[in-house]
Formats: sequence, structure tokens, C-alpha cells
Amino acid sequence: MIGLLLRRGLQALGLLLLVSMIGFAILHLAPGGPLSQFAAGGDMTPADLARIEHQLGLDRALPIQYAEWLRLMLTGDWGRSYRDHQPVLAIIGSHLGATVELMLTSLILAVLLGCWIGVVSAVRRHSWFDTIATVGSMVALSIPTFWFGFIVIYIFSVTLEWLPAGNRYTIGDGSFADHLHHLIAPALVLALVSTASWSRYMRSSMLDVINQDYIRTARSKGLPESRILYRHIVRNALLPMITIAGLQLPTLLGGALVTETVFTWPGMGRLFLDSIGYRDYPTVMGVLMFTATLVLLGSLLADIFYGVADPRIRLN
Amino acid sequence: MGRSFSTSSVGLRRREALLLGGAALLSARFAAAAQPSAKPAGQVIVGLSQEPTVFNPLMPAIEVDQGVWWSLFNPLWGVDPQGNFTPQLAREVPSIENGGVSKDGLVWKLRLREGVTWHDGTPFTAEDVKFTLDLINTPGFRAGSRQGHNLLRDVTVTGPHEITWRMERAYSPYVSLLAWVFIVPKHLLGTADDPNTAPFNNAPVGTGPFRWSERVPGDHITLVANERYFGEGPRLERVVFKYIPDLTALYTQFRTGQIDHASIDGILANFYDEAKSLKGRVISVNPSIGLESIAPNHGFPILGEKAVRQALYAGMNKQAIIDVIYYGLPKPAESFLPPEAWAFDAGLPAHRHDPVQANEILDKAGWLRGSRGIRERDGKPLEFALSTTSGNPLREQVQQLLMQDWQQIGVSMTINNKPAAVMWGDFWVKSQFQAALVGSTFMTGNDPDCSYRFNSAAIPAKGGSGSNTYQYVNPEVDRLLQQGQTSFDKAERKAIYQKVQQAVRDDLAILPIYRPSPVEGFKEGLMGYQPNVNVRSNCWNIETWYWAKA
Repeated sequence: MIGLLLRRGLQALGLLLLVSMIGFAILHLAPGGPLSQFAAGGDMTPADLARIEHQLGLDRALPIQYAEWLRLMLTGDWGRSYRDHQPVLAIIGSHLGATVELMLTSLILAVLLGCWIGVVSAVRRHSWFDTIATVGSMVALSIPTFWFGFIVIYIFSVTLEWLPAGNRYTIGDGSFADHLHHLIAPALVLALVSTASWSRYMRSSMLDVINQDYIRTARSKGLPESRILYRHIVRNALLPMITIAGLQLPTLLGGALVTETVFTWPGMGRLFLDSIGYRDYPTVMGVLMFTATLVLLGSLLADIFYGVADPRIRLN
Repeated sequence: MGRSFSTSSVGLRRREALLLGGAALLSARFAAAAQPSAKPAGQVIVGLSQEPTVFNPLMPAIEVDQGVWWSLFNPLWGVDPQGNFTPQLAREVPSIENGGVSKDGLVWKLRLREGVTWHDGTPFTAEDVKFTLDLINTPGFRAGSRQGHNLLRDVTVTGPHEITWRMERAYSPYVSLLAWVFIVPKHLLGTADDPNTAPFNNAPVGTGPFRWSERVPGDHITLVANERYFGEGPRLERVVFKYIPDLTALYTQFRTGQIDHASIDGILANFYDEAKSLKGRVISVNPSIGLESIAPNHGFPILGEKAVRQALYAGMNKQAIIDVIYYGLPKPAESFLPPEAWAFDAGLPAHRHDPVQANEILDKAGWLRGSRGIRERDGKPLEFALSTTSGNPLREQVQQLLMQDWQQIGVSMTINNKPAAVMWGDFWVKSQFQAALVGSTFMTGNDPDCSYRFNSAAIPAKGGSGSNTYQYVNPEVDRLLQQGQTSFDKAERKAIYQKVQQAVRDDLAILPIYRPSPVEGFKEGLMGYQPNVNVRSNCWNIETWYWAKA
């Protein structure tokens, strides 16, 4: 176990280094820079722009800039945002709460709903429920999130006036009920797609198990159908879900770019998008490294839990 | 949903209102019926499509940041929609007449307002002004712009509320530049290890009508009334600047009433017709300081020829561009100055779309139709490339219209668009383009000085310092611009800049197309909103805003 952790940890470090190099290169080679928005305004002269570029150290060679960034990163200094000059870690921290709130809600919704749909579809294969669930999932997976978000806003906010058209809470209110009221629409929109994929995974995982010999054995022993379903089929079918859940962890904290933008949700996804738009290099790199770490952590956790849950899997 | 502040209590008779550049008219009509209460009351939520993040008003920033600065800080003097300077932290605006500026324009003396305190209670003094001006020129400090400030010498405090300085040379536009310089507190920034990252930059303390309350990054900023404010107002208890990253979402929240004012980019032109018919909302089509134009590169032989520029201008169907692509909102323009500028010349010849005349001009200049219908002279086709930022669908449509217009007069225009960083990099700065479709401003603050655009000493490709990337050279314009910077006599300066406008229009140094008309909106019953072309944000006077009582 310790050996595995060490090996995976080293692999992870190598991967992170690679991610940071590629990310840094792509980011800096992409057109535009943190000063281009000022150049467009016309209030600042080319001399002013050149001076600030020099003050930010952006006129140095790219490898030197990368080495400097890496050196500071290793000492725990993630740098400061070009926009509000706050430490990058503090900025990530200030956006994490909103993202966790939204993603956790939608994940719980998606897992509960998706697994239930998957189980029922598998048990009653080819029934009308299964058909509707299959078609519904395909539709849900194909709908672009931003479009669905706007439709929800149009129906429930603009026309019916039941739900707010975005934001995390009413400024000046911020009660629990107010938070909940604002959470409904974005969480449902976000949950839609993952419910669809969870139900598909669950259904096929269930079908794998249903056809196993030990299920037939259980039936021939005369066990009640409900016991077979819950004790034998569902429990075994849930195993592969652990992997999927592990892979969901980064999205859980990384935020949802589109949904957060459409619903004006001040989370990580939007922070990432805004920082890219501004070419706020330190913040983009910070968010990138944060998410990359989560991806690696997520898959490692999934492997470990898999071993815990299923003794047949040996971790070596 | 529960809106807990008084904005929802506005129950005025619903009506539609459309205002063309004069929201003040409506405000005046309401104001007769409803006076503001003595104590600050209510809150306004200002919706912005970009997030304000820069709260040190001397650092590089965009319009949305400047909107917040007007609430927190004061300049020495501000500037109203008519272009008049209004004293704020200074007791009067210095001029040669009142002795504030010496006859040669080199020595400036200011008397400052007494009894002003910073939000933390510390008195405001001349030391703060000296600190602010010196900080702008401090080498390690990431000051936004040093334009004009680099001429400052010997900033000296001569009394608790008196300050004086020398200018390296006479530079009259400096009055305008100072109207955008917000004074910062020495006692907080002067003691910081590094003014670039001082705690002040995220917990600003000013002298302005509102105090800093909280910032939720990525979401909003709340300011509260400064009840000790020395000037008029504030009449609102709270101002919230709410960041809504998507313009469609911004418009939706304006429509559903979650924001009270859609500011800066406000309402997209394609929502304008619908917005006009919204109940309980006032839509304001505002003037703008910017100008959308075709920038010819005078160093490129074909476009350096005046006859070609004249023919292109006559062959351009401006009205089609405005009507077809921009929903008829922008105003056609002839001058680089907006009509609101005090030096604006309303007498410039008006553009007329006249392909016949365009053809005649080119025929006379020896450009004759070749085999493909494209004009040629000495075996060279009349051909050039028009560049702009790629990925801007509206500008790309404009290019297509222009291409058709000019094809009719035998000119072949090709499109050569580039990503923003490439477009506005060396390609633009070092004048490597042939022609560019570009939106720009030509003023120094609200001063008509445009030396950095049209003076031949401001051509970067020829080693000059400035933004004359058109490589426009006219010795008479150079002389006039020089004269305009050293004169402090407004009447004389007006005459000078009118001559500059005439020369630039006659030469067609740039081919002006239109002046954008940004659309903003606010809830009916919100009083005091007044668009101001002389500043970057129409929240410039937010301390005088209030809600009319039903």
C-alpha cells in the first residue's frame, strides 16, 4: 500500500510538472496578453504599456519566466493576480465555496436520480420506462448546457417569475431559503447531463451483474427478489461507479464553466474563464495546477476505494 | 424572492420611455414631484459585464473600475457632461486668469479644500496630493498612465492646503488629465512596503461619497454612504456593483429587476427594440467619445494618395453600415472629436455616398479600369488589405459591405484579419498594416489635444513616441497641435482645434464612419442618472442618485 502510494505520488509529480509546462507554454503563446485590454482603450500610451510589461517581468524570455514561476511555486508562493493583486491561493479559496455548493448539490441529485433510473431501467429492460429513460438520456446528453440554461431562465425567471434569473443570493438577504431559491435552477441544469450519464453507466453495470452465475444461484436458492436486487445486484453494480465518482471529483471543485456563466454563479469555472479572458497568467496557472492535482487525487482515491470495496482487487 | 431594500417599493405608474441622450430630462420631470430624502436611503444595484478589480485608482484599469473610483475617491476637480470642470478637492480650477497657472504655463499653484477627511477620519491635506502625483512617477510603481505627469517637476507643499509645481514645458491639456486623477491617502499607501500590493488596494480608503464595505470576488462590491461627505449627497444608503459576466444574462437580470441599472456595455443593440417596450424601465441611448473609422496607412503608397482616400470615402455607404449592422443606433461622424466636445467643429463637410463622384476622382487620378474591372495605373492594380481583430462578427460584416461598395468603384479590397494580440502588436504599432478598421478615441482626457494621434513626431514606425500609426504627416497640423498644447486661452484653442479638424477631414487622415451609441438602462424612479461623455463611466455622479417616492 505504502509502495503504491509512493509510486503513484511520484508519477503524479511528474505529470503535474508536464501539465504545468504545457499549460504555461500554451497560455503565454496564445495571442493577447494582460495588457491588450488597456491597449484597446487608448488612454495609455505605448510607452506606458511597455513600462508596465517590463514591471510585470513579461518582457523576459519564456523559459526564464517559467523557471521563476516554478521556483516560487515550489516555495509555496502561487503568485498574485494581475487583476486585483491578491494572492492566487486566496482567490481560489474565495471562489471554492460557491462551486462546492453548486456542484455538490447537482452531484447528489445526479447520483440519486441517475442510479435510480439506471436500476429501474435494467430491472425492467425494454419496458416503456426503459425506452423513455434511454431516449431521455440521449436528448439530455445532446442539449448544450448554455442553451438549456437560457431556456430555464426564460421559462422560470422571465415568464413565470418563479426563480431568480441567476446569482448565488440576493445581495442584502442571503438567508438559507434565499440561497436555496437561487440554487434550484443552476443545480438542476447542471444535474441534467450528469443524471443522464449516471443512469446509462448504472444501467449497463446492472445488466453486467444480472447475467452473472451467482445471481442465478441466488434465485435458485429461493431468495426473495428484493433481497437479490439490493444485496446482490445493486451492491455489485455500484462498484464501477466508484471509479466514475473519483473522476467526478475534479469537476466538483473545478466548477462548471458554462453553467456558472449563464447563472452568474461566482465559482471556480467562471474564475478560470475570466482569468483566461484577461490573460491573468498567475491565476490561470493556479487554477490549472489546482484542478490537475484534483484529477490525480481523484483517480488515486478511486483506486484505493475500489480495493477497499472489492477484495478481489489487489493493490500492487 | 424577497428584495429587502427600498428599490422594490418604487411603484410609479408604469410607462415606456425612450430617451435619446437626455435621461436628465425625464429625471427633471420626476424631480419636481419627488424630492430626495435628507438621510441616505435605499440601494442601487449597478450591473456590469466586466468585474471591477482595481481599487487603487492610479493603477491600470478599465471603465468598470473607474465607475467604482468615482464613488470612493475624488479628483482635484471633476468634469460635467458639458465639459466644465467642477472643483472637488481643489477650491478652484487653476487658470491664468485666477493666477493658478503662471502666464508662461510653467508654474501651477493650487489651493485645496479644507475640512475634508478620509473615510478613516484622517484629515486630507496637500501632502496627500503631493504623494499622489509623486507616486505616479515613482519608478517601481505600476502607474496606469504617466502621460502629462512625466512633465511634473518639484511638486512642493507650501501650506497644509496649498501645493505648487513646475511643468517642464507648457502643457494645457494637463487640466483635463488631472480631472481623471483620483487622490490617494499618503498615511495608508505611503507607509506600505510595496504600493503595488498594499492592503489599501483591496480595502480602499478615499474621500468620496461612499465608503468601502465588502467585496465578494467574482460577484459584487458593496459601498455604503459616507455621511461625512463634503459635497452634495450621497442620497443612497448603499451602492452595489454587481458583476454579470454574460451580456445576455445582464440584460435578463435587468429585465427581471435583479439589477437597477445596466451600465457601461449595458444593453446590446440586438436587445434594444425589446428593451424599449419593457414596463418600468428607462432606456438611454448615450453619446460616446469613441470613433469607428478606417485607418489608412499613409506610408503605403496607394493609400498615401489623397485622391484614393477621397474616392474610398465617397464610395463608402455609411448609412448602410449603421442601419444594416448596428440597428441604426450609431451616429455618422465627420470629426475625430465627438459633438459634445467644446472644440467640436459642426461645420465640416458632410459625407455623401456618391459612387459616380468616386469614379470620377479615380479616373482623373489616372486609375483606369483594367480587364477584371479593377482599376490599374502603371500596371499596378488599385488593391489593398483591410485588417481588424478577427473574431469580431460585426466588424467582419462591415468589411464585407465595404468590399462590395468599393468593388463598384473598381477598387479591390481584401480582408486580412488577425487575432487581437497580433493585430494591435507590431503590425499596428509599427505601421505594417495597409488599412485597419478600428475604434479609437482621439482626446486627452476630455481635452481636444490629439497630438499623439496626428502629430508627425508621434509615428512609432519612424522612432516617434505616440500612436500616429497612420503615419499621417501635415506640417500645418503639427504647428497647430504644438500651439494648442501651449495655449491656455480656450477661445484661441477652440479655433486651433477647429482648424485641425478641418485639415484632418480635408486630408482624410482617417476615414471616419460612425460614433457608437452605447445603450444603458435603469429602473423607472431612479433619479439623477446623467450620461457624461467626458468620463468613462456614467456612475460618475452616483452620489446624487436617489429613488423617487411613489
